[in-house]
Amino acid sequence: MNGNVWIAGGGVISGIGHDLGQCMVAFEEMRPGMKTLQHLHSVHADTFPVVEVKAGNAELAQKAGMPAHWSRTALLSMIAAREAWQSTGLGDIAQYRAGFVSANTVGGMDKTEDFMKAFLEDTSKGSLREVVHHECGAVTELVADVLGIRHHVSTISTACSSGANALMYGSRMIRAGMLDVVIAGGTDALTRFTLNGFNTLMILDQQPCRPFDDTRTGLNLGEGAGYVVLVSDEIAKKIQPWCRLSGFANANDAYHQTASSPEGTGNFMAMQGALKMSGLAASEIDYINLHGTGTQNNDSSEGQAVERLFAPAYPPASSTKSFTGHTLGASGGIEAVFSAWALREGIIYPNANFTTRMKEIPFSPVTAFSKDNNLRHVMSNSFGFGGNCSSLVFSKE
Amino acid sequence: MQAYIQGTGCVSAQDNALFSGTVREHEGDRMPVADPDYKQWIDIKQIRRMGRVIKMGVAASHISLQDANLSMPDAIVMGTAYGCLADTGVFLNKLVTQHEDMLTPTAFIQSTHNTVSGQIALMLGCHAYNNTFVHGAFSLENALQDSLLLLAEDPSKQILAGAVDEITDYSHQILSRFRLYKNASTGNLLHSGTHGTVAGEGAAFFVLGAEKNEHTAAELTAVEMLYNPASEEETFVHIAKFLERFGRPDLLVTGRNGDVKNDGYYGAGEEKLFAGVPVAAFKHLSGEYPTAAAFAIWMTAGILKKGTVPAAAMFKGETPAAPKKILIWNHQNGKHHSLILLSAC
Repeated sequence: MNGNVWIAGGGVISGIGHDLGQCMVAFEEMRPGMKTLQHLHSVHADTFPVVEVKAGNAELAQKAGMPAHWSRTALLSMIAAREAWQSTGLGDIAQYRAGFVSANTVGGMDKTEDFMKAFLEDTSKGSLREVVHHECGAVTELVADVLGIRHHVSTISTACSSGANALMYGSRMIRAGMLDVVIAGGTDALTRFTLNGFNTLMILDQQPCRPFDDTRTGLNLGEGAGYVVLVSDEIAKKIQPWCRLSGFANANDAYHQTASSPEGTGNFMAMQGALKMSGLAASEIDYINLHGTGTQNNDSSEGQAVERLFAPAYPPASSTKSFTGHTLGASGGIEAVFSAWALREGIIYPNANFTTRMKEIPFSPVTAFSKDNNLRHVMSNSFGFGGNCSSLVFSKE
Repeated sequence: MQAYIQGTGCVSAQDNALFSGTVREHEGDRMPVADPDYKQWIDIKQIRRMGRVIKMGVAASHISLQDANLSMPDAIVMGTAYGCLADTGVFLNKLVTQHEDMLTPTAFIQSTHNTVSGQIALMLGCHAYNNTFVHGAFSLENALQDSLLLLAEDPSKQILAGAVDEITDYSHQILSRFRLYKNASTGNLLHSGTHGTVAGEGAAFFVLGAEKNEHTAAELTAVEMLYNPASEEETFVHIAKFLERFGRPDLLVTGRNGDVKNDGYYGAGEEKLFAGVPVAAFKHLSGEYPTAAAFAIWMTAGILKKGTVPAAAMFKGETPAAPKKILIWNHQNGKHHSLILLSAC
């Protein structure tokens, strides 16, 4: 249990870009990705804006080098994971003890929900090809097998904090000396299952979402995948790592199956735990990538937890979900890539659509893109159903 | 990395009578759990709304906490390959048949894969680390590995670790179409010599600590996973290395499930690596499911604590008297192998 864990690279595909570079352009040009559904079929297409990856499965499959009938979740995962690995310049992955820890919330549900139509009419009907990768872990293995990763392959599903927990687990396996490199993060495709599920909770906004804004009325769902490459000290010596994963914590709110406690108990404990592990004072955090879904409940709880930990001096903070939407199991991974890249490039991301400060908290999110800031430490928050609260801290050195 | 098992709890097709020689016999192609009276642990108002997989997980976790005399764990880590299938099925059914209209949130909320670990935390008021692995036949194994890492990082912790999976009518109908199952009885499954197995389900939880105490049932000596070996030969080299490190066991518990091809893998491994080692099995008692090794750990910890092997568990060789070291070797389709070693304390 010693040594540091470094971020050697990262990759993202989301509704604002097919790779990290395109995502950065979208931030710089203030172009959030909310649009009407194009690729997923749903009766709610015209009601709820979503942040869909702007490509059909055939195009994604070609990019991923996978069959187009595989779950979109796997296609997205493959594209981002490969970008992450290639960005490290570490060469053939076969020369390392490598792991793949990928999070997702609904696995191959995009195919299962197609299957169910025929199956419910006649249980001997429905193509089995559409359910063969239903399990969350099956999606991870499709990608691991193409990447050629065998030393460790695992899948975490803790709802919207899944991706962040994948980074923690990967990091701990490196520190225990079990692995040299781990591709860690998450993936999720839009599905009718999740779209309708969040609709029943009445937390989908019919307008572009407005995280940390007093006028917020809910979240927009997004899809995508994001992975960082975690490496040991020894591997990090060979390259110029982006930054270091210096702290993390997972705490449980233990308040309600879906809602956050009003005062954000779990959120506070996760942020505090991550700070403690990194050995930092709250005042040393230079930017917070908020969970910031845009729901009344999350932003209020998270905001109060931030206030309790950071008052009276608030670092710049924003929710990149105002661009990417809430990508569920992918969000912790995508936002880890954004946070790590922020340290490398000195970027503070803007919070789109902000107009009015929330009454219950004394700070407002950052609204303009800027780079070349002198950032030393960045925090990334991810909170999920089941009270699952996770926080990561990245440090430049 | 090792840990001590301070408490165990299980909801399965068997019950504690297994150790006094009474086996619950099942017949057919699926083996449901023997549901305990859930009111012992769950408020009656909650029981009606709660999915069966949640009830099973909550019950098994509470039994293990009681067994360890622990009220508040320092982490909750679990595995589930399929997650909350019943609620997923309910929501999918309504989604399709009602054309995405007039849906209600309960099934969606309870369909989330970490519902069980979240519910356990909620009922205990436990703010500690909480994680759920959803990786097929490695779900339990990763939960155990995560627990061992947590204990190596902080030996003062007491970890609640386990796994749960359920069978539903939908899942059984779909998995049956992959020709996985056949009709068999508990008594003849392992000697059927044909293709197919019997579906199972269950929950098992364990309290793990770094220090031995008066509740300790056994030592969890090692947990290893081997993913996607290129050949049987590679698997056997891997197991041979494991045996070099930890020594030969007094008893081998295999994941034999009655499928002739699946079981042949164990047979070949036994011939090559375990000559003279008596062999037990468990899937004729629990049924086959991706986290069934959790049942095997529950059974094995019981064997080590009680110093006696239930006759019904023996498959081959002479029943060892008071075994000290028991290796569980489980595989799924030859692609996922896990080695879990338990030792007497």
